[in-house]
Amino acid sequence: MSAPLLDIRDLRVSVENKEILSGLSLEVRAGEVHAIMGPNGAGKSTLAQTLAGRDGYEVTGGSVLLDGEDLLDMNPEERACKGLFLGFQYPVEIPGVSNMYLLRSAVNAQRKAAGKEEINAAAFLKQARAEAARLKLKPELLKRGVNEGFSGGEKKRNEILQLAVLKPRLAVLDETDSGLDIDALKIVASGIRALRDGRRAFVLITHYERILNLVSPDRVHVLAGGSIARSGGAELVGELEASGYEPFLREAA
Amino acid sequence: MSRTAERNPEVRELLERKYRHGFVTDIESDTLPPGLDEDVIRVISARKDEPEFLLDWRLRAYRYWREAKEPSWAKLNIPPIDYQAISYYSAPGPAKDAPKSLDEVDPRLLETYDKLGIPLHERARLAGVAVDAVFDSVSVATTFKSRLAEAGVIFCPFSEAVREHPDLVRKYLGSVVPYRDNYFAALNSAVFTDGSFVYIPKNTKCPMELSTYFRINEQNTGQFERTLIVADEGSEVSYLEGCTAPMRDENQLHAAVVELVALKDARIKYSTVQNWYPGDEEGRGGIYNFVTKRGDCRGDNSAISWTQVEAGSAITWKYPSCILRGDNSTGEFYSVAVTNNFQQADTGTKMIHIGRNTSSNILSKGISAGKAQNTYRGLVKVFPRAEGARNFTQCDSLLIGHDCGAHTFPHMDIAHPHAVVEHEATTSRISEDQLFYCRQRGLDEEDAVNLIVNGFCKQVFNMLPMEFAVEAQALMNVSLEGAIG
Repeated sequence: MSAPLLDIRDLRVSVENKEILSGLSLEVRAGEVHAIMGPNGAGKSTLAQTLAGRDGYEVTGGSVLLDGEDLLDMNPEERACKGLFLGFQYPVEIPGVSNMYLLRSAVNAQRKAAGKEEINAAAFLKQARAEAARLKLKPELLKRGVNEGFSGGEKKRNEILQLAVLKPRLAVLDETDSGLDIDALKIVASGIRALRDGRRAFVLITHYERILNLVSPDRVHVLAGGSIARSGGAELVGELEASGYEPFLREAA
Repeated sequence: MSRTAERNPEVRELLERKYRHGFVTDIESDTLPPGLDEDVIRVISARKDEPEFLLDWRLRAYRYWREAKEPSWAKLNIPPIDYQAISYYSAPGPAKDAPKSLDEVDPRLLETYDKLGIPLHERARLAGVAVDAVFDSVSVATTFKSRLAEAGVIFCPFSEAVREHPDLVRKYLGSVVPYRDNYFAALNSAVFTDGSFVYIPKNTKCPMELSTYFRINEQNTGQFERTLIVADEGSEVSYLEGCTAPMRDENQLHAAVVELVALKDARIKYSTVQNWYPGDEEGRGGIYNFVTKRGDCRGDNSAISWTQVEAGSAITWKYPSCILRGDNSTGEFYSVAVTNNFQQADTGTKMIHIGRNTSSNILSKGISAGKAQNTYRGLVKVFPRAEGARNFTQCDSLLIGHDCGAHTFPHMDIAHPHAVVEHEATTSRISEDQLFYCRQRGLDEEDAVNLIVNGFCKQVFNMLPMEFAVEAQALMNVSLEGAIG
């Protein structure tokens, strides 16, 4: 079996001196979709933020390898250029910076890191417009400031647009499905499915079964009490719907 | 004999020689020794073959200045300035041999412009811009004169205008900014050496954007530019002013005056990118920039628009203003002021509503980083007869880091009961969320800051002519280097 794309071992993370993750291990191979579920406060977002390299998430133990390289040793932009994408739970607004301009800057920053030339502006625009159309994102949102005045659903679809254009190796989507109506959810799910191939992997952080029904994960994990309390196949989703997280909380304690 | 003449044999010699010949030429430069008194003013005036009225005006300004006090109301910490330690005149090369065309310009000078990114030939030709390049205090190259002349537009060094168009100069000089206006305007009026003069005849749209690049080259040379733009009835002009200055250890004084006159139905758009040397990271050196810029909407339906990007200088004291005298006249002020390290800026505008149905729009974006202090100071004044006056003011401040300051002093003086005056202000810190979002997409920290700052400034940059907007963005990036670290 090949080496995992993402290899998290015994990860310990504190926020403001409080331990949130206490020995989390997870292996994600190329081509796989993993779902991470769990009660509020279990550390799901902490995991996502830590992987992306956010300040204030202090790693006190363990290791994380991306494609065999030490992820924790890299700054956020290096992680992004290595192919790690974080779909934000609450995408921030950046007034005055056009949505397309940020995305093109991101594409070019990542190309530069890979030793490639800048993307042709016309080709980029064509690609971005096509992806936006597939995601049913209004064309005017491409010109507007990043997330400026977007609805909640538009912000989430905009994250998927960035995902589709940047084509990362590993996408960590932090509750991208939250707050979406069923139509928007279907669009987001199809965006994810379209990118699914043998090279890429996804980690979906979610509270809800419904997105998993649309994406069908290879593995499902329950994060409780700072570590993976249980792992299984897609059937675990149904079990969780029936039992809730209560049994896992007890187990973790 | 005056004190300066006693102290400086060169001045004495010049006075004795009745100013006929060149100054003592120090290598290639032609510089008056430091110090200021009436004799120095007489030398400057004589050196430029000025008519009597101008010398008189200079001397009156000097006498006023001598008794005046430096203003202290700005939120600026200004080290004492020794006005007697400054040289008040410097010209590249003996002035008698001033070049008449680009071919005659010292190639080394052109090279310097190249380094500053101003390839004079190409730029002028490709961009269709006439460039009146100022090196130290004397204009050395003017292009596209003939095309402008065809349209009847006068665009020339100020000293040339004094010789060639003395009646226009006499009529308008000091009519917007009298020498008594303020301390620095008085100083400028007394000692200004050159600058630009523009006259757009009636019902003429200036066929190209007019552009002047300034830079300081001589050490210890004060810069006292004087610019006068007159747009006659029904005319229109867009004027660009850009400044860069090389690295310098000693503080340098810059006290320019710009006067704009818009007659009936005339429009003037004045854009500035200011990038004088801001001093080093420890706050050593840098230009002291005390500028008086004012436009007079003298005729009905006239319009004056100021756009400025203030990135340089250790100290900036500058309030481009509009006097809305004509009925239905409009004034605009769009400003980005960025301060980093130990820079201090106290800048803003005055909109003086005198005529009926006058309107003004103010948009100010202040960015503060390092240990810098950035102040917006504005006045909106509505006279009793200014029926239908309207103003909208928006002041936004962006802070980068925790050791800098942003301040807003909006003054309103409204004497008409139905005037509509609105003011909005915001202050925000560059957010960790925004930075992290950009970095998570692959941008490094500096690019992320630049992106966010440029977004913040976009409304103002959009007001700049295209090529200036690009320069302005690049300038913001340079100015904020090391702001986050």
